[in-house]
Amino acid sequence: MNGELTSTDVLIIGGGLAGERCALEAASRGLDVLILSLVPPRRSHSCAAQGGMQAALGNCAMADGDNPALHFLDTVRGSDWGADQEVANIFAEEAPVAVRELAYYGVPWTRVRGGANQYFIKGKKVTIEESLQHDGLIMHRDFGGTAKWRACYASAGTGHAALYALDSEVIRMGIEVRDRTEALRLVHDGERCVGAIARCLRTGRHFAVAARATVIATGGYGRIYGKYTTNATINDGSGAVIALDTGIVPLANMEAVQFHPTALSPSSILVTEGARGDGGYLLDRNLHRFMVDAEPDKQELASRDVVSRHMAQCMRDGNGVDSADGPHLWLDVRHLGEQHLRTKLREVFDICQDFAGINPADALIPVRPTQHYSMGGIRVNKDGAAYGLTGLFAVGEAACWDMHGFNRLGGNSLAETLVSGRIVGRQVAEMAADTELRANTVLYFDALAEADEYARNWLQRTGNGTNVFQLRDTMGEIMMHKVGIFRSGDELAAAVTELQQLHDNCDDVGLRNRQPGMNPELTFALRIKGMLRLAITVASGALARTESRGAHCRTDFPVRDDANWLNRTLVRWAREAQTPELSYEPVGQLVLPPGHRGYGASDHAPMHSTIEDYNAAVLDLQSAAGRPASSEPLGQRLPEAI
Amino acid sequence: MSRRLEFEIFRLNPEDPESEPHTDRFEVTETPYMTLYLALSQIREEQDPGLQFDFACRSAICGSCGMLVNGRPALACRTLTSQLPDSIRLYPLPVFRLVGDLSVDTGSWFRQMAERTEAWVHQKLPFDASAEESRMSDDDAQAIYDSDRCIECGCCVAACGVANIRSDFVAAAGLNRIARFMLDPRDRRDESEWFEVLSSDQGIFGCIGLMACEDVCPKQLPLLEVHAYLRRRLFASRLVGKQTDT
Repeated sequence: MNGELTSTDVLIIGGGLAGERCALEAASRGLDVLILSLVPPRRSHSCAAQGGMQAALGNCAMADGDNPALHFLDTVRGSDWGADQEVANIFAEEAPVAVRELAYYGVPWTRVRGGANQYFIKGKKVTIEESLQHDGLIMHRDFGGTAKWRACYASAGTGHAALYALDSEVIRMGIEVRDRTEALRLVHDGERCVGAIARCLRTGRHFAVAARATVIATGGYGRIYGKYTTNATINDGSGAVIALDTGIVPLANMEAVQFHPTALSPSSILVTEGARGDGGYLLDRNLHRFMVDAEPDKQELASRDVVSRHMAQCMRDGNGVDSADGPHLWLDVRHLGEQHLRTKLREVFDICQDFAGINPADALIPVRPTQHYSMGGIRVNKDGAAYGLTGLFAVGEAACWDMHGFNRLGGNSLAETLVSGRIVGRQVAEMAADTELRANTVLYFDALAEADEYARNWLQRTGNGTNVFQLRDTMGEIMMHKVGIFRSGDELAAAVTELQQLHDNCDDVGLRNRQPGMNPELTFALRIKGMLRLAITVASGALARTESRGAHCRTDFPVRDDANWLNRTLVRWAREAQTPELSYEPVGQLVLPPGHRGYGASDHAPMHSTIEDYNAAVLDLQSAAGRPASSEPLGQRLPEAI
Repeated sequence: MSRRLEFEIFRLNPEDPESEPHTDRFEVTETPYMTLYLALSQIREEQDPGLQFDFACRSAICGSCGMLVNGRPALACRTLTSQLPDSIRLYPLPVFRLVGDLSVDTGSWFRQMAERTEAWVHQKLPFDASAEESRMSDDDAQAIYDSDRCIECGCCVAACGVANIRSDFVAAAGLNRIARFMLDPRDRRDESEWFEVLSSDQGIFGCIGLMACEDVCPKQLPLLEVHAYLRRRLFASRLVGKQTDT
C-alpha cells in the first residue's frame, strides 16, 4: 500500500465551506494549496445546511436597528456563557462581510421586497411594510434565540448555494482537490505538524503529504450517535480523531453536543429551523402548542437546546405521538400555505414528500430532537492555531474556536465557516509564507509504515464473529440513550464503561472482506476505533461536568454552576494510554457577565470571583501561552449597544 | 406480509485484475419507508461487505448516489422500494468513470465541465469589504436560485443520448449551469464571451432534443425551458448570424 510523498505549502483536510474558504485565502496570497476531501467538495455536508446564515445587516423591518453587538450578545447568551466572548465578538463583527462576500461570489440570497409583506409571527398573521429604500438588499428570516431577524437565506438551500458559489471560486483559482481521500494521521515531530498520511478511497493506497501548514476542516462527529443524527454518513469526526491521536493536541468541550428539535422521524433527516422561523408550530399528541406554555416569550424560537429539552420532556410525560419507531411530535407548517412552502421552504417541501410521503401544506410533519451539531472539537486559539503543535490549524465545526460554547444558535455555524475561514486562512497563509519546510523524510515514511501496518492488522484478523458495523450500532445506542438530551451520573458512568469495552473489543473484531483496491469494510474499520475514542471523550467530559449548561443537561445537577464550571473542558489522549485525560481552562475574557439567557432555566449558581479577577486570570494565562493580545479592547462598542 | 425484494447488482472492481463484470443477487425483506440507501446499507453490512456504492447526506441534497434503478437514472437515497417491483436491477451510471460496482466518478466530470464552461461569476471589480451588497430584485434572486438547485448528481448526463456517445458534450447539467450564470446580473460576460462557451456542438448545438434529462432530474429542474432559453439568447443576440457571415 506504500505510496508517494507529495508536498504543498498548505494542506487542507476537508472540502466543505470552512476548508474551501481557508483554501481561497491561502491561494489568493500565492501559496500552493491542496485540499483532501472524502467526497467531491460540493457533496460535503455544508451543502445540507438549509435555513440561513446569521449576519447583522439589519435590512428588513423586523431586523431594524440590528448590529454586530446585538449579534454578539445573542451568541453569548445562546452559548450559556460557555463561549469565548472575544471570539464571538470577532465573529459577529465579520459576519456581515462574509455574507456580502458570498453575494459577490454569486449566492442568490433572498432579497427584500419593498412594500407590504405578510409574515407569521408568534402564531399571528401580520402585514409589515418593508422600506422601499431597502428593496433588493439581502433579506432576513427569524431564527431561534435572536433579538432580531438576522438569518440571511436562499430559500431552504442556503448551504447548497453557499458551497456551490465558494467551490466555483476554488475552481476559478485552480486549487487542486483530491476527492475520495481520507486523512489517516498527522505527521509531526512532537512540536511541529508537517503534513499528513492519507488514503485514496478509489484504490486503497496510502500516500504522504508534506506541508508547511496543515488545516483540519472535517466538520462534526455526529455519526458517533449512529443513526440518531441529522449528519451525513461522512461526518465521523475523522479530523478530531487524528488530532487527538497525536497525544498532544487537545479537543475541547466534547460533551457539548447539539440536538436539533426538528429532524424527520424516523429517518433523522433535518427539517430546517427556518420552518419555525417562518411561523411553524410544534404540537403534541393532542395538537396542543406546548411551547407557548413552556416559553411564553420565545415560544418555538427559544434556542435549540431549550426547545429540544421541552420536546424530550413532553414525550417523557406521555404526550408524544406513538409510532413503530418510538414517540415523536408534530411540526405544523400548514398555515404558511403551499406557495410559501414551495418557494421559501422548498427543500422542506421536497424532503417531506420524498421521505415521509406527505405534503406539508396539508399534513403534519413527524419530528423529534436528533443529534445535529458538535460544539466541541479541536481546541484552537482565536487565530485557529491548534494548542500543542505549531503548523496545525482547525476551522469550522471540526474546531472549538469557541464562539458557540455549550449551545450554538441556528445559522451561526454557516456564518462561522465563512468568517473563520477568512480569518484563519489569513493566519495560515502568513505562517506558511514565513516557514520553510525542513522535515526529515523519515518522519513521513515512518508514519506511512504505521498506517500500512494498522490496515494490515485489520485485514489479517479473522475476528470473533462481531463486525465493525455492529460496533457502530452499539455505540450509537449507548450515545443516544445514555449521553443524549438528559444525562445523569449513573448513565454516563455506564456509558463510559461500555464504550471503553467496545473500544478494547475492536482488536478482536475481524473483517469479512479482503478485496484489493477500495474495500468499504476496511475503510469503516479504520475509522471505528477513533470514533469510539471520540465517544469516550464526550461521555467522560459529560460525566465530569457536574452542572447543566446549554445542551449539556444533567438531571442530577440541574443548575448552571458559574462558581465552579465557568470553564472549557480540554481532553487529551496520550499515546498508548487507556483513557483520556481531562483538564480545564477559563472560557476567556468576560464582557457580558453570566446571567439569565431570556429563555430556559432562570436560576444559576453565581460566580465566586469578580469579573475583574476572572479576566485578570485569563489575561495571565493567555500571556503565558503567548497568545496575541486583541488589537482593539474587547467589547469597546458594546456599552452603547446594550 | 413484507415483500422479499430481489436485487440484481452490477459488480466490477477495477482495482482487482481478477474481477470480471457480472451481476450478483441479494435478497432483502422490505420494511416501511425503506429507501435504496437503507436496502443497500443492509446488503453491505449483512451480506457483502465488499459492495461499493456512494451515499453521504442520504436526504437528496448532496447528489452522491445517482445510479441506474431498473434501467433509469435516479438518486438511490430518495427512491422508496415501495415504488419498485419485487425485483430491482441496480447498475452504475454510464458516461462516468467507474470507481467500482455502483460507484462512479462524478466529481472529476463536473470539475472539468465547470472549468470548460468557466462556471463562476465573472466580475470585473474585486470584492469591496466595506461596501453594501449590490442590489438585486427578489424575482431575479429566485430565478437564479431555481437553476442553482442542480446537485450535480449526473442523472441527466447518464440519461443523455449525446453524452453517452460523445465525451465532450456538457449535457443538461452543463447547459443549466451556463444558464444559471447567464441569468445572473453579477456575471459580466458579454454576448461574444457567452457565444464562445455555448455555441458549438459541445454546447447547446450538441443537444438533439431527446429531453430524457428533464424526465430523470431528481430536482425537477425545467431543463426543456433552460435549453429554449439558451437558444433564444443566442438567436436574439444574432450571434449565430454574425458567425455565418464571417
